[in-house]
Amino acid sequence: MATVNAQPAVPSSVWRARLRLASRSVRENWGLFVRTRIGLLGLAIIAMYALLAVAHPVLMSTVWEPRIYDPVIGYAFDETKQPAPPSLKHPLGTDPLGRDILSQLMFSARSEFLLGLLAATVTVVIGTSVGAIAAYFGGWVDTILMRLADIMIMMPAISVLIVLSALIGVEHFELALLIGILSGFGATGVVLKSQALSVVVKPYIDAARSAGGGHFHIILVHIVPNLLPLSFLYMMFTVTSAIFSEAVLSFLGLLNVRMSWGLMIHTTESAGYLLQVAEFWWLIFPASLSITLLCSAFYLVGRSLDEVVNPRLRSR
Amino acid sequence: MAKYLLKRSAQILVTLFVFLSLVFFIVNAQPGDVSNFYALNPDVPPETRERLQDLFGVNEPLWKQYLVHLKNTFTGNFGISFSHYPRSVADVIGERLPRTVVLFMTATALSFYLGFGLGKVVAWRRGGWFEYTSTVSGVTLYTVFTPWFGLMMIWLFAFKAGWFPIGKFLDPVLWRDAPIDANSVFTQMIITAFAVSFVVLTVFVITAQKRMSNARIIRIVSMVLATLAVVAVWMSWGTVSYAWDILRHMVLPVATLTLISFAGTMLLTRNSMLETMREDFVMAARAKGLPESAVRDKHVARNALLPVVTSFIFSLAFAVDGGVITESIFSWPGMGQTLVSATLTEDLPLAVGAFVFVGIFVLVAHLVADILYAYLDPRIRY
Repeated sequence: MATVNAQPAVPSSVWRARLRLASRSVRENWGLFVRTRIGLLGLAIIAMYALLAVAHPVLMSTVWEPRIYDPVIGYAFDETKQPAPPSLKHPLGTDPLGRDILSQLMFSARSEFLLGLLAATVTVVIGTSVGAIAAYFGGWVDTILMRLADIMIMMPAISVLIVLSALIGVEHFELALLIGILSGFGATGVVLKSQALSVVVKPYIDAARSAGGGHFHIILVHIVPNLLPLSFLYMMFTVTSAIFSEAVLSFLGLLNVRMSWGLMIHTTESAGYLLQVAEFWWLIFPASLSITLLCSAFYLVGRSLDEVVNPRLRSR
Repeated sequence: MAKYLLKRSAQILVTLFVFLSLVFFIVNAQPGDVSNFYALNPDVPPETRERLQDLFGVNEPLWKQYLVHLKNTFTGNFGISFSHYPRSVADVIGERLPRTVVLFMTATALSFYLGFGLGKVVAWRRGGWFEYTSTVSGVTLYTVFTPWFGLMMIWLFAFKAGWFPIGKFLDPVLWRDAPIDANSVFTQMIITAFAVSFVVLTVFVITAQKRMSNARIIRIVSMVLATLAVVAVWMSWGTVSYAWDILRHMVLPVATLTLISFAGTMLLTRNSMLETMREDFVMAARAKGLPESAVRDKHVARNALLPVVTSFIFSLAFAVDGGVITESIFSWPGMGQTLVSATLTEDLPLAVGAFVFVGIFVLVAHLVADILYAYLDPRIRY
């Protein structure tokens, strides 16, 4: 995988060559990615939900009247009975409190994306730094970071999240940070470190060092870019686990959020419609399917990135 | 090896210490103190409250409270549960831990069996529609929103079809005038399961090592004999109907857990198989003219087994933690459900007790997994 290293004062022809190399490697990897097919399916689902998330504010400011369609405080005055079945005005019906389900679904999609992105970014920033630093310095720095990783891996994650959110009061932002820290200092950090170990022994690291490069420079310019493909892969898996944890916690009513897919099912449960699956399907299926689909989509993208990044998995 | 074990145990102890400190921190971040919760319960007399205050050391300085917390943990003295008053936390946990462990041992074993079998085939038919559909459906099940999936299982097979009970551990109507309590029946079931699997495993290992030609017949006969023996023993105990009731309650949670977790094994097996398939000995086996199924099962799959076994052992370690959701959906009275309901009802002693116990269980299981791993993989030498 070609990497673009930012260095000042390089002749423009070198830049052109680098660009050409980069675009070629992108094209090759895209080909590998497409060949797995599952990645494209994942991308399509993600794109669909991204579209929903973007469309919500637009619809709210044009077609949908906030008084009726607000996902949290709206009320469907046009329906006589709540929860109302799907109709033209409310394509997915309304919930037991008279709020439009489609509006809730689209509104939540945005916060799920933000949560996933934040958790994944935190994970990858921490994981990449931990991996690169542990592999580059070795010795006691490595020992401390890896023992910390052991502690993080051994934490019963779901139980920790449940207890923390029940007793301290957690919102999306804190949840993303928690997941990011647990996974970044834990499993992701370990995996990225093992990758970094194979980078540290490469001759160009020695070359950079003998050319007078400082620790910070070598880590940032020579090691981290080589970890990025793998980090990107782990971003996908973190997004899945972040969305899933959020859904579970808010389904249990433990998260302090205004609206989310898990909370929609929590509302259904507390209103007593949970076992009337056939009669009130629109209370259960849209939110649950969205959680499932978006989680699988990110996981599928991660899987097919794995085939791209991991040469041992390529077919001969 | 001894040195490695010592080092690993020391690390586990440090982890445990960090974990317990985290618990202490969370509990202390609460407004008021633990004994205030008891004040709301009219069943708790003032003397008991004072005794509890002494137990948790709430009137002492903070560092002393911390020491008391550590001492209570190591003596298993977590106080008395609010929601199960007057039972002690240790008592409640002692009843629920085996239920969780049995549920998850079964489900994990099943899902690994299923996942390994499917993973073999998926790797072999790489690129075909079979791989595509099984990967997509496997991943969908793997990342499915577990509460919803459990709910659909309950709705389909228990609510609509009525084949299985809707949830919980047993049917109270049946057990009302039972001559024996549920925990002893459950203990009998665990002992039976262990005895049977031990006998069957021994027969398998012996027949495999002696390379007997009639190994298959011996295995089948031994399994039939073991089943007959179990039936006879249970008939003589006269508790078959009660055991059957518990088993019926186990079916749906076990099926759910198996379905949501087999894909992990399947994908792992697939990757491991794909790596092994590139080795030269596979080509040699093919060149000998062995049938494809023999190459797949005897040459590739056996060598691809190691990472799968490793992940099996590690997933047993996380069984108690991972089942939190499934248990609470199926109201299976195990550790996970206890933890969730205790946190939701603010039963602080029970929540802390369950949390600490889950943590300790995971840590110990991790240590065991490490030892087994070192034993299984000859390349690892400490």
